[in-house]
Order: sequence, then C-alpha cells, then structure tokens
Amino acid sequence: METADILKTTQPIVQKKLSIISFSGDFDKLVAAFTLATGAAAVGYEVNIFFTFWGLDAIKKKQGRAFVGTGFLPKLFGFFMGGLRSAPVSRLNFCGLSPKIFRYLMRKKNVATLEELVEAAKALEVNLYACEMAMHILGLQKSDFIHEVKDVLGVATFLDISEGGRTLFI
Amino acid sequence: MSTVKLDITKEHCPMTFVKTKIALSKLQSGDILEVLLVEGEPLQNVPRSSREQGFKVLEVSHVEGQIHKVLIEK
Repeated sequence: METADILKTTQPIVQKKLSIISFSGDFDKLVAAFTLATGAAAVGYEVNIFFTFWGLDAIKKKQGRAFVGTGFLPKLFGFFMGGLRSAPVSRLNFCGLSPKIFRYLMRKKNVATLEELVEAAKALEVNLYACEMAMHILGLQKSDFIHEVKDVLGVATFLDISEGGRTLFI
Repeated sequence: MSTVKLDITKEHCPMTFVKTKIALSKLQSGDILEVLLVEGEPLQNVPRSSREQGFKVLEVSHVEGQIHKVLIEK
C-alpha cells in the first residue's frame, strides 16, 4: 500500500464541534448563544446546546408565562420565569419593555430575531439538550419542552458529547 | 437538475450563511443555488464556507453596485 493510501485510510475525519452551555435565560445572551450556534452549524460544525437553570426557559413548549412544573413552588417559579417570549434582557430590562424594543429594532434592521434564530437552529439540526438536575429542581419534565430537545443529560454525558470541541458558557 | 434562487442581500450575520446552508440542504445533488449577496462579510464567507463543506462554487460575478451573484452546485 502506498503511503498516500495509508494516510487516506487511517486519517480520522475530524468534525469541528461547538458546545454551548446556555445558563442565563436572558434574551440578549440567548441571542448570542443561538447566533453562534446557527452560524457554526451553517459552516459545518456539530453544535450542541446544553440548557440548564434559567436557560431551560428557552426550550419550554409554552413560550409565555404559564404554570409549568410539578408542585406549588416550581409552578410559581415557572410562571414568573416564563418561556422564550418572556425572556428579560440582562441589563436595562425596564420591567420587560426592553425585549419588546429589541425585537422591534431587530425586525426593523433586518437582523434575525431570537425566534428566527431558534427556528434556524432546529432546521440546521443543532442538538438541544436539557439538564437533568435543573429540571429536577424546577419540577420540569421532558414533555414540558419542545420536541426538538434530543435528550435529558447530566454533566458526565455532556462532557462526553463536548469532548474534542470548543465549549462556551453563556 | 434545477436552479434555485436565494436573495440574502438584506440579511446579516449569521442569517446570510444560515439561509444559504438551509437552501442547499433542500436541494438534490447536482442542483444549483443562485445566491444574490452584498460585498463584505457575505461575499467573503458564503463562497468559502460552501467550498469548505464540499459544495462546488461555479461562479462569483458582479451584478450591480454592491450586489454580487454566487452560483453553488450541490
């Protein structure tokens, strides 16, 4: 066998990989996370997003305020936290007015809105994962999330999935 | 073999190459995507990222003003 043939057969195909831990649940940070995720997926990266704590709000089926979760306190928390459409901005939220202003400006300036980015992420088959521990605290089930959520994971599995790529905490 | 047109002249990062990738994923092998885009980031990145993913960039031509046309074969 020629050296060139050996190289062809033994060289592993390295797929570039980006894994994002979506923690904050803030509108602006979700925009950053989904911009990176969709951009990376569009240029051929394998992309994983691991939603934990406040980040879980972004993948709830009910995008507004709803009593999601099991038990009195989780339901109450679920209501105040809301879903993707109720995400606050991390600075100058002005009681929820700022996300509305941002959505208006993004549409006006032809920049993808958060909802469009989420839809693009689904179309590009970005892998969405939910954190088992945070779900347990907040009384959430996999059925409370959009069906594109691939699996419910713990830290060990996430580390396994993200190994060999870049990882961001947003 | 068919040609599909995509206008991303009004789009911004990352939707320029996101929309291109989604459009390409819907095509059959051998189909051509005709992309209209503007100078700068889209003109630099759309042909490059398409090539990197194994698509064939057949042509990059100037249309008018800042608008360019890129032909990509799946």
